[in-house]
Amino acid sequence: METIKVIDTLHASLDLALPEVVMAIGAMALMMFGVFRGEKSFKAVSWGAFALIVATGLVIMDQAANDITMRTVGFSGAFSVEPFSIFLKYMILAGSGAAILMSMEYMKREKLDRFEYPVLVVLATLGMMIMVSANDLISLYMGLELQSLALYVLAAFNRDSLRSTESGLKYFVLGAVSSGLLLYGCSLLYGFTGVTNFDALSAVAAGEISDATRMGLIFGMTFLLAGLAFKISAVPFHMWTPDVYEGSPTPVVAFFAAAPKIAAMGLFIRVTVGLFPVSDGIHQPWQQIVVFVAIASMVLGAFAAIGQTNIKRLMAYSSIGHMGYALVGLSAGTKEGVDGVLLYMLIYLFTVTGVFVCILAMRRKEGMVEHISDLAGMSQNHKISAFVLSMLFFSLAGIPPLAGFFGKLFVFLPAIEAGYITLVVIGALASVVSAFYYLRVVKIIYFDEPEGAFQPQPMALRLILAASAIFTLGLMLFMQVPREWTSFAAGSLF
Amino acid sequence: MLPTIAFYLFSGIAVGSGLMMISARNPVHSVLYLILAFFSSAGLFVLLGAEFLAMLLVVVYVGAVAVLFLFVVMMLDIDFVQLRQGMMQNLPASATVGLILLAELILAFTARNGAGETAEKVAEVAPMAEQTANTNALGQIIYTDYFFMFQTAGLILLVAMIGAIVLTLRHREGVRRQNISEQVNRDPKEAVVLTNPRPGQGL
Repeated sequence: METIKVIDTLHASLDLALPEVVMAIGAMALMMFGVFRGEKSFKAVSWGAFALIVATGLVIMDQAANDITMRTVGFSGAFSVEPFSIFLKYMILAGSGAAILMSMEYMKREKLDRFEYPVLVVLATLGMMIMVSANDLISLYMGLELQSLALYVLAAFNRDSLRSTESGLKYFVLGAVSSGLLLYGCSLLYGFTGVTNFDALSAVAAGEISDATRMGLIFGMTFLLAGLAFKISAVPFHMWTPDVYEGSPTPVVAFFAAAPKIAAMGLFIRVTVGLFPVSDGIHQPWQQIVVFVAIASMVLGAFAAIGQTNIKRLMAYSSIGHMGYALVGLSAGTKEGVDGVLLYMLIYLFTVTGVFVCILAMRRKEGMVEHISDLAGMSQNHKISAFVLSMLFFSLAGIPPLAGFFGKLFVFLPAIEAGYITLVVIGALASVVSAFYYLRVVKIIYFDEPEGAFQPQPMALRLILAASAIFTLGLMLFMQVPREWTSFAAGSLF
Repeated sequence: MLPTIAFYLFSGIAVGSGLMMISARNPVHSVLYLILAFFSSAGLFVLLGAEFLAMLLVVVYVGAVAVLFLFVVMMLDIDFVQLRQGMMQNLPASATVGLILLAELILAFTARNGAGETAEKVAEVAPMAEQTANTNALGQIIYTDYFFMFQTAGLILLVAMIGAIVLTLRHREGVRRQNISEQVNRDPKEAVVLTNPRPGQGL
C-alpha cells in the first residue's frame, strides 16, 4: 500500500510547490518587462519564457533528486507531488518549451509578435502543472481554468482573422459548457461525501457506504469525466477540435496538440485510478466509461480523418484517435496500464511536435499553405525533412519498428491482460483504417508531382525536428530508459 | 414555520423571475428580472445561515455585474426579437433534454437515504457555525487551508485581464491624447509666431 507524507506548514508546502512558484513569479516578471519595454519586446520575452521553462525544469529535477520518492502532500492536502506528477511536468515543460521556440519566427512574420503571447503560454503551462499536481477538487478546477482561460485567448490570438476569433469563441463557449459539467460533477461528489480532498474521497469510496452514496459518487464521477474528456478531445466531446485546430495560428495548434492533452490525461488518470482504484467497488463504472470513450474516439479518429484535405484538420482527427488509444491502456486500471498510457503520451509528444515543425515549414514565397496536396513532391526538394515527416507519419500509424508501434503495443497488452479483448481488436482495426490516411500523406510526399520548394527553416525548428526524429526512429534501441521512467512514475500512484 | 414560508417565497420568486428573464420581450426587463432572481437567491443564502455569501451576491452580482449588463443592453443596438426567433423552434428539443436531466437527478436524489452520514462528514470539515460569524470563519481558512487555491484564483484573474487586453486593446493611429508634460513644456518661442503683416495684404 502506498505511503503518504503530509506536509503541514505553509513554508514547507511552498517548498513543495517551488516549481510552480518559480513559474508564477517568472510569468509576472516577464509580464512587467514586456509592459515597460513596449511592443518590441516579443523576442526578449520569448527567450525569457524559454529560459524560465528550462529553469523550472531544473528546479523539478533538483526536487526529484532530493526528497520526492513517495507521495508528498502539501497545502492542507490540496497539492500532491510524486514521481507521477513530476514525470508529467517534465513532458508538459518539454511541450511548452518547444511551442515557444516554434512560434518565434512565425509570430514575427505574421505580425502577431506581441509580448503577451509567451506570457500566456507560460501561464497556461503553470495551469497544467497545477492540474497534474491537484489533490483536491478545488485545486483541480483552479488549475484547469487557469490553463483553459489562457488557451482560449491563444486560440483567438490572431484577432484580425475571422477564423481565429471564431475558433477562440467556439473553444471558449464549449469549454465553458464542459467546465459546467465538471463543476456539477465536483458538487455532486462534495454533496455526497462532504469532502473535496482526493485522499478523503477515495477513503470514503473504499469504506462502508450505502447504495445511495455509491450512486451519487458514480453520478459525480461521470460528470467529472465528461468535463475532462472535453479537455483531451475524446469522443463524444471532440466537436471543437477540428475547427479550433484549423482556425488558430499554427504554432498555437502545435502547443494545443501536445502539452494540454498530457496534463488533462494526467488528471484523467488521477481521478480514475487514483480516486477509485480497482480494488474498490466503484471502478466498474469508470472502466465502462473509459472503454466506451476509447472505442468511440479510435473509430471516429480513423474514419473522419479520411476525407480531410487540410493538414491541420487531419491532425485534429488524428489526435482524437490517439487519445482513444491512450485510454485503452487506462481501461485496464492496472499499474502496467498507466505505465503504457504514460509511454504513449511521451511518444505522442515527440511525434506530434515533429509533425507540427514540418507543418510550420510549409511556407512558400506567397505565404503559409496548409493543404495536404501542398506537400506533393516534397521528397524532391527537401530530402531529409520529407524522410523525417514520412517516418513520423509511419510512427503515428503504428508501423514497427518505429516509436508509435511500441506505444500502441504497451497500451494494448495491459488491456488484453485485463480481459478487454474486443476493445483491443477494435483498436487494432481502427489503426488499420487510420493507416490509410497516414500512408496517403506519405504517398503524396514521395510519388506526386512536385509543387515547388518551401522556404528554409530557422535553426531552432530543425533542432526540434532532429530530436523528434531521433526519438521516433531510435526508440527501439533505448527502449529501456523511458520504460524505467514511466514504470517508476506509474508505480507512485498504486 | 416562518423560515418555511420564507423559503418557499424566495425560491418561488427566484424560479419565477428566472423564467421571466428568458421569456421577457424587452431585454431591459430581462435584466431587471435577473436582479430580482439574484436578490431572492441572496435571501435563500441568508436562510441557510450563509450571510456573507448573501451580501457578496448582492454586492458583486446585483451591484456590479447586473448593472453592467443593463448598460450593455441599453447601449448595444441589437434586434433582440430577431435574435430570439429560433428559440421557439428549439424549445421542444431543449425542453426534452432538460426534462431527462431533471428526471435523472430526481432519481439520483430520491435514491439517497444516506443524508445522515453526509451531514456528519460535512460537520467534521466545516468550522463551527454557531460561535463564529461567516466572514470570520471564511477568513480563518482562506489564507491558511485554502491558501493555494486563493493564490491560483488570483492568477486566473490575471490571465483574464491579460486576455481582455490582448483581444481588444488597439493602439489606433491619429488619436489625440492629452500629453501633460508636452503641454507644460510648451515654450512661447515655439508656439507664438509674431508677424508684421502689411495692411491690405494679409498673411
